[in-house]
Amino acid sequence: MMEETMSKTNKSLLAVILFIAANIAGALHAGPIIHGAGASFPYPVYSQWAHKYNQITGVKINYQSVGSGAGIRQIKAKTVDFGASDAPMKAEELDESGLIQFPMVIGGVVPVVNIKGINPGDLHLDSKTLTEIFLGKIKTWDDPAIIALNPGIKLPSKAITVVHRADGSGTTWIFTHYLSAVSSEWKERIGTGKAVSWPVGVGGKGNEGVASYVQRIKGSIGYVEYAYALQNKLSHILLQNRAGEYVPPSTETFMAAAEGADWEHSAGFYVVLVDQPGKKSWPITGASFIILYKEQDDAVHAETLLNFFDWCYKHGDEIAIGLDYVPIPDSVVEIIKSAWIKEIKSNGKQVWH
Amino acid sequence: MQSCSLKTRKAIDQSVKVIASLSAVIGLITIVWILLTVTGRGIGALNLKFFTEVPTPPGIPGGGLVNAIVGTVIMTIIAAVISLPIGLLAGTYLAEIGKGTRFAEVVRFVTNILIGVPSIIVGIFIYALLVVPMRGFSGYAGAVALAVIMLPIVVRTTEDMLNLVPDSLRESALALGASRWQVTLNVVFRSAKRGLLTGVLLAVARVSGETAPLLFTALNSAYWFSSLKEPLANLTVTIFNYAMSPYQDWQQKAWGASLLITVGVLFLTITARLIMKRQGKQL
Amino acid sequence: MPAVWAVWDVWDENSPDRIIKPVAGDRVFRWITAVCAAAIPVLMAGLVCVMVFNSHLALKKFGLGFLTSTAWNPIAQEYGALSSIFGTGVSTLIAMLIAMPMGLAVALFLVEWAPPKVEAFFGTAIELLAAVPSIIYGMWGLFVFAPFMADHVQPLLGRYLGFLPLFKGPPMGIGMLTTGIILALMILPFISSVSRDVFKMVPSVLKESAYGLGATNWEVTKGVILPYALHGIIGAGFLGLGRALGETMAVTFVIGNSHRLSASLFETGNSIASTLANEFTEASEPLYLHALVALGLVLFLITVTSQIAAQLWLRHIIKKAGGK
Repeated sequence: MMEETMSKTNKSLLAVILFIAANIAGALHAGPIIHGAGASFPYPVYSQWAHKYNQITGVKINYQSVGSGAGIRQIKAKTVDFGASDAPMKAEELDESGLIQFPMVIGGVVPVVNIKGINPGDLHLDSKTLTEIFLGKIKTWDDPAIIALNPGIKLPSKAITVVHRADGSGTTWIFTHYLSAVSSEWKERIGTGKAVSWPVGVGGKGNEGVASYVQRIKGSIGYVEYAYALQNKLSHILLQNRAGEYVPPSTETFMAAAEGADWEHSAGFYVVLVDQPGKKSWPITGASFIILYKEQDDAVHAETLLNFFDWCYKHGDEIAIGLDYVPIPDSVVEIIKSAWIKEIKSNGKQVWH
Repeated sequence: MQSCSLKTRKAIDQSVKVIASLSAVIGLITIVWILLTVTGRGIGALNLKFFTEVPTPPGIPGGGLVNAIVGTVIMTIIAAVISLPIGLLAGTYLAEIGKGTRFAEVVRFVTNILIGVPSIIVGIFIYALLVVPMRGFSGYAGAVALAVIMLPIVVRTTEDMLNLVPDSLRESALALGASRWQVTLNVVFRSAKRGLLTGVLLAVARVSGETAPLLFTALNSAYWFSSLKEPLANLTVTIFNYAMSPYQDWQQKAWGASLLITVGVLFLTITARLIMKRQGKQL
Repeated sequence: MPAVWAVWDVWDENSPDRIIKPVAGDRVFRWITAVCAAAIPVLMAGLVCVMVFNSHLALKKFGLGFLTSTAWNPIAQEYGALSSIFGTGVSTLIAMLIAMPMGLAVALFLVEWAPPKVEAFFGTAIELLAAVPSIIYGMWGLFVFAPFMADHVQPLLGRYLGFLPLFKGPPMGIGMLTTGIILALMILPFISSVSRDVFKMVPSVLKESAYGLGATNWEVTKGVILPYALHGIIGAGFLGLGRALGETMAVTFVIGNSHRLSASLFETGNSIASTLANEFTEASEPLYLHALVALGLVLFLITVTSQIAAQLWLRHIIKKAGGK
């Protein structure tokens, strides 16, 4: 008996000791930690910003790439400090929940393919063929419509596997917004949304999942944020824009699309950058937004949070451009900061100065 | 019976033997294939950094999964601390005290059902029960989810092992004037010690490989935890996230983590079996 | 059961001078253990209540139609469980069709035909299959087995059996067939180990008489062992079934995540568990979340029903064996 209760006591004692040790170890590593969750679209740049910021200031930003839908849900449930979404919330919805949203970075959604012999930038597609591929109407790569746009490229008679998102995604929102804008059939049948009823295809989780499937499945086509295409060496296409030009995705073409945006007069910074005019504009450009509560419980915590975003605006440009994102222009940053001053309060006192 | 010739009957007999052997060989090939894959792909990731550093963002090389390893260990230990006492005592009730009662029958029935509940349902349950009211994902929620999965397993194995102890032992102890609870703790437990330990090890092995219940409770984190009330890094959800990612570096780390978990689970399982074998020999 | 166990407080009546008075320690011990035992049904009841409470919006809106609708449209807020149920059903069916015969064959091999050393070796190897965590199956499935299926198995099936609607479509590797096969490998050890135990229990006398009459090994198996062990085999089947229905991680990795019903096994789909794993943290509207919990409730009911059936079946066997 002694043996039994002793070993049981020993076990519990060990557990308690470990527990205390763990908490001490944790406390030693403690610095302020900020939790965010949401879009996978900006994850490559957010994670590098957070890493650099942590090296400089010791503040931890724990950003989980779970998809825009999850990001909105979590900030609404107050399980995180900030949410991130590429699908901007409408002003009424923001006001209803007491949230404020502002753009953090701009990027491009890029169709990518896995076809033998096709390199990045080889394949040309226009809005019609792209839509029909995603509608399931064009089923093989050697379809006449595709060949017509790509004389001189040998296309195999392989079946097309469409890869879309399985989770609630702002990237999907931007992409379907584009498809709805260029195709009335898409608009009527499928529509715009973070998760839609896809007529064909396989679902990947996050931009990561789509990139992963496109890597594996021969003859596949998917859509990802450009950084994912670059980091994983996927073959992007050249897409025809509104002005009739075939443009590649790049910081330059994303910036061209963002040029005409009217941030100042859009409530909640609700601006959509798809199908923009301009010879150099990339047709599927989008901004990614941060969402927080206007009323913050802890003023110090809120200020730490805003300091991070401020740093990203001021010092994060190089990292962003290195990943082919477009930083928010300084003029817009000014407007954002005045919104912070006006809207974000803690117990009645403004947080940002 | 059949009017087949002896030749046909022998032929059928042989072919069935071949099919049966083939099936066994397929089983063998599968486990060997899996173990070779996990070892081959994972061993390259298990360097010193893996065990001492926290992850770096994609695009920045290096980093490790020490926070996830620690997180998994902590949650498993807390889950064990919660479920073992309750499970052992409940199993004791079923085998020793309430034997034959209607109540024990009901509990036994429900325990068997609970063992079969998919772990993702347990995750949803704890999400609604703890994560939402606590306003956040936490290591605690993850540990409780694992405890809920462990509990019925511990109850069942405890009951089975205690039932194996012969009544003569109990009778002798009672004849010597011991009270019921003394008999149970001193004599019965001691005699079933090995079996109970086996049950515990198997339950721990089972939950340390679980992913689904942690998806909505502990979530994951890229940092050392500062408190268990926060999302807690753990190996299994990390494997899930990293494996589905397109980054080579992350995929390799996922394999390293897979190797670690596989080695851990197999170690616990094989240890449990060896203990049981020794018990068998002693009896 | 000896009389000593019949009553907690009093010794058996044959020795009236050995009455043990209830000790305070005994009462406390009894009370503590009873409370712990009660934790189990309380937990179960709590689980059911929480699930129902968190799915009532969807249950109210869609009613029983939830089970027959193939819609899954988060924009239009139309949700139906059919495509997920279909995926769970088909993948489990494939798994059972493969694993049951295979598991029985392996058990037969181990019990009847393998020499002891071979039995020990193969027996251990197959039981290790049960110890491997499901996420490892998922990893292996996605990175190794699915490409193997895509490059070697599916093209062959497509070429020779492609006229069947079962094998139409491009060989992607991931999809229903691969999922079914991986599930079969996961439940194989459960079926084979239970069958092994049951086969060992067949009295040698029965087998020997059959051999004495000149039966071959297979005839003895078919005519003596299998009928005798039938009940146990069905029990093994229930065990495997329960495991396959609830399996999440391995399925999520390779099923392809599309809400679609398709006749082809090469196509992707969704199971209830994989839908939950993928979409639960994403559901941003209450109705979406409730629809997902309702889906979980459906899975819960399916597994509980099969568990109850298994328990009742086991009782039936025990009664029968007791009767014999």
